[in-house]
Amino acid sequence: MERIAGGRDGAIVRVSGPLVEVEGAKDLSMLELLALGPRSISAETVAIAGTRATLQAYEYTGGLKAGDRAAPTGGQLSALLGPGLLGQVFDGLMRPLSSAPLWLTPERAESAAEPTVLTREWTFRPEASTGTRVGTGDVLGTVPESGAVVHRVLVPAGVSGELSWLAAECRVHVLDTVAVVDGRNVSLAEPCPVRRPRPFRSRLSDTVPLHTGQRVLDLMFPVARGAAAAVPGGFGTGKTMMLQQIAKWSDADVIVYVGCGERGNEMADVLDGLSQLEDGRTGGKLIDRTVIIANTSNMPMMAREASIFTGITVAEYYRDMGYNAVVIADSTSRWAEALREFANRNGDLPAEEGYPANLASELAAFYERAGRVTTLGGTTASVTVIGAVSPPGGDMTEPVTTDSQRFVRCLWTLDRDLAYSRHYPAVSWTGSFARDADAVGSWHAANGDPGWAGRRARAAALLAESDRLAELADIIGASSLPGHERVALLGGRLLRDGVLMQNALSPNDGFCSAGKGAALLDLVLDVVDACQALVARGVAATTIEQTDLGPVLRAREDAGPADAAAVRARRDEVLKALEVLR
Amino acid sequence: MSPAAVPGSPDGAPGPWLRDIAAQVSHGDVRELRGPLLIAGSAEGVGWDEFATVDLDGGEQRHGLVLEVDRDLVTLQVLESTDGMSLGGIGIRFQGRPLHLQVGTGWLGRVCNGRGEPLDGGPPVAGTDLRPVSGWPLNPVRREPPQEPVLTGISVIDALTTLVRGQKLPIFSVPGLPHLTVATQIAAQATSSGQSFRVVFAAMGLTHADIAYVRDRLEERSAAEELVLLLNAADDPVIERILTPRIALTVAEYLAYTEGHDVLVIMSDMTSYAEAVREVSAARREIPARRGYPGYLYSDLATLYERCGRIKDHDGSVTIVPVLTMPAGDITHPVPDLTGYITEGQIVLAPEIDARGVYPPVDVLSSLSRLMRSGAGTGRTREDHLDVAAQVLAALARARQAAELAELVGAAALSETDRSYIAYQDMVEKELFNQGQAELRSLEDTLGRAWAALAALPEQELTMLSTALLARYLPRQADRP
Ligand SMILES: Nc1ncnc2c1ncn2[C@@H]1O[C@H](COP(=O)(O)OP(=O)(O)O)[C@@H](O)[C@H]1O
Ligand SMILES: [Mg+2]
Repeated sequence: MERIAGGRDGAIVRVSGPLVEVEGAKDLSMLELLALGPRSISAETVAIAGTRATLQAYEYTGGLKAGDRAAPTGGQLSALLGPGLLGQVFDGLMRPLSSAPLWLTPERAESAAEPTVLTREWTFRPEASTGTRVGTGDVLGTVPESGAVVHRVLVPAGVSGELSWLAAECRVHVLDTVAVVDGRNVSLAEPCPVRRPRPFRSRLSDTVPLHTGQRVLDLMFPVARGAAAAVPGGFGTGKTMMLQQIAKWSDADVIVYVGCGERGNEMADVLDGLSQLEDGRTGGKLIDRTVIIANTSNMPMMAREASIFTGITVAEYYRDMGYNAVVIADSTSRWAEALREFANRNGDLPAEEGYPANLASELAAFYERAGRVTTLGGTTASVTVIGAVSPPGGDMTEPVTTDSQRFVRCLWTLDRDLAYSRHYPAVSWTGSFARDADAVGSWHAANGDPGWAGRRARAAALLAESDRLAELADIIGASSLPGHERVALLGGRLLRDGVLMQNALSPNDGFCSAGKGAALLDLVLDVVDACQALVARGVAATTIEQTDLGPVLRAREDAGPADAAAVRARRDEVLKALEVLR
Repeated sequence: MSPAAVPGSPDGAPGPWLRDIAAQVSHGDVRELRGPLLIAGSAEGVGWDEFATVDLDGGEQRHGLVLEVDRDLVTLQVLESTDGMSLGGIGIRFQGRPLHLQVGTGWLGRVCNGRGEPLDGGPPVAGTDLRPVSGWPLNPVRREPPQEPVLTGISVIDALTTLVRGQKLPIFSVPGLPHLTVATQIAAQATSSGQSFRVVFAAMGLTHADIAYVRDRLEERSAAEELVLLLNAADDPVIERILTPRIALTVAEYLAYTEGHDVLVIMSDMTSYAEAVREVSAARREIPARRGYPGYLYSDLATLYERCGRIKDHDGSVTIVPVLTMPAGDITHPVPDLTGYITEGQIVLAPEIDARGVYPPVDVLSSLSRLMRSGAGTGRTREDHLDVAAQVLAALARARQAAELAELVGAAALSETDRSYIAYQDMVEKELFNQGQAELRSLEDTLGRAWAALAALPEQELTMLSTALLARYLPRQADRP
């Protein structure tokens, strides 16, 4: 952030935690950043009334006094985006944590003003020709990074015209000029305001699924690239595990993982886990396609509020290079709480549960930054947004949960009862939805799996039927049900335990390819059909119930992550064993 | 008003933070007293979150923290309450910085009140280092993910919710259950890699009987200078409780990261702590979120619980076991709920299980140790540990359904399999979960008992155990009870 010295300074008159009021700062604009007090901690303008302005401070305000200096900077909250983000960890204001000290004291505000990012050298490879006309989003050159993601240097927003100069292959710092377009210098990195969506050419209307590697999602509640999904669930229901699995295994190009007001140990765990895991598609490490933004629950609250926007801006940055990015935000509720905390201190009239009246529009603004688009450079790329929601007391009627549901295409509700009985991922089949499921079915049909939609429909029907029967059996006992209903009950169990359950900790089961997922579901459905045929022929339901169907349940664990053939072989064995019962 | 002269050192027993004070500014213009709040005027030059000493006319001293600065008005929260205070005759000395604490090994073996002042007749605790009690956030990149198991010798915990060094794992209970017995048993027995822990016990709002019990149970640890006791009793000042866990954690961080000890911090009762936070919030007329608790309770609790952990390239660790009683046994109450959202799991005690005479009365299906997956299993405890735990729990979930059904339709109407589940549940509770209040069980013993209980089920039901593990550990038919 540049600092305009001199005449616009004001003075602090009130400090209440992150809320600071200043008097006399001249010509302030909304969202403008100011530097407060002797340590120059940064704060953002959120209201202006006459000569007085209200600010939200991004650091611990301990020691700030009435009368301390408040110096406007002329800039807005922005992140310096360039090569060197992948594999790194940043705080909510996009300051590198990898190089920060052990204890995050406010003194860091000063030392971090010159991030180490600036001193690193990169190789720039030109990919355009001088003398041609270029426009915003066109590729000027590339910068190799450690992983498979090639960093593309683009013509920045609002710039177009003749490319009058382009550097030859060379070693440069991020702020060195590598091209001149229409008289404007272009460098590897650009400061990018985080609260404004980055522009693109147009939204695309066709649907392409994001393969997450989690069966219950890919088979039952699929998410499309560029869609938004919310994962509400009480504590311990598996939100973080699910998001971490998606970060590891989904077929995206770039992952932006935002730890927003959650645990420090989890961030260390994500970093550690991704650093060890190989990226099956590129051979590199998964961490090399990941940017981590960590603003844990004990870090300053307003930087937590900013971290969501920082994260999505980083994802849009990679989208504009032509990549499919996924932003994972754990948890959006902590972000909403930061909004609430500030609104309350500011004396805003609360709506529900103390949340400000603009909660819904804030959530909409966040989720609407998801999208599959044609970029300004003309490529197809996407930002998928997946946000955890942490409803207080597991109450799904609370404002953040209910408002989020309105703006997402997918809702993956995690159920406490399922989690308590250790059915993970605890995605409720009655409380979840996927609004793009039909379109995803068409995509599968056009891409080699015409059975996808039919399989999904049968699985949904079997789940509903066995739930209904389980309730009945709870009253009259399962043994009083007719044979075909007892088989349906058994089928429901096979489907839940053998297909929908997925052990994130298992090397074979943690990730599941589309082919293996389809084969597992076919296995269960075929076994159910075979059992129904047996009871129809007069075989006693008890005989079927006492048959060892362990091989069906163990198939997901016994077969490798992409080994559909082994699952099909298992099906043939089990069907043969059932033949004997005739 | 210009600040009065800096007074000399205070009379009376000073808290450990009172010596070594940089600059002090005095004010006497008190404008308002409301609940725990004191609002002073003419207080220019005071910074937000500063610590202050309040001198009353009779020589009595109280202490406060700055909650808000508004021009020359300062709002203080008075730790010892404002009872008996009047607008005149009060001097306030602001200390120019947030509350700092002297830390050192001198804390070990000491017994102090909730503000860190000695209760044991000894001199004020002196230290070698001065630290802010609110601590600083630990850079998440520098955290070492916790992965060494802590063995408590309590079967149900070691087997199913393994505690890990550097974890925060609370006990959720209801009044009347033996949560303090469990917490002190952990404190007395816990080891990691064969080493025992230094224990910091922060009592908040405990009855004198409970405090006496804790002191008695941990007497040996105290005599060996391995224990720090900070005691705020039920009849001690309420607002002081806001300080107690912060002092405990500041001492713990020093002992862990400077002295290299493994430190276990037990904080009980967090519900009393949260009530103190709520009282201040209500006095400030803040907009409450749920049940009168302020919206920032989550972040406030997180600044305590997040002080656990391990640091890369450092010895020592801070493991936190908060204990809380759930009002009306309601796990969705804000205190357990927000705690559960921050901690790495929870150990839930249930009255029904206690009523069946099982100690410790842990409801294992609603309990969870999130870090168990990295702290147990091959190379940590035993190769079969995680799978056995998963199978024990899955079978208990099924057994619970069978038991409910049996109540409706009678045990006779159950299938043979369902009956075996009920027998299994009985065995698990009696042989694995139930144990003595001072009984220390080895992990081998614990896992052996788990296998013995699983053997009550037909083998084909044990779908979460691989055939290799079954062959190695499942007691053979002939050995089965
Ligand atoms: N897919 C899974 N496989 C195995 N265990 C899981 C899975 N999902 C969740 N768990 C278990 O549940 C615990 C809590 O999950 P977590 O994601 O941390 O919950 P939340 O973020 O909702 O509070 C984990 O520590 C793990 O033990
Ligand atoms: Mg979580």
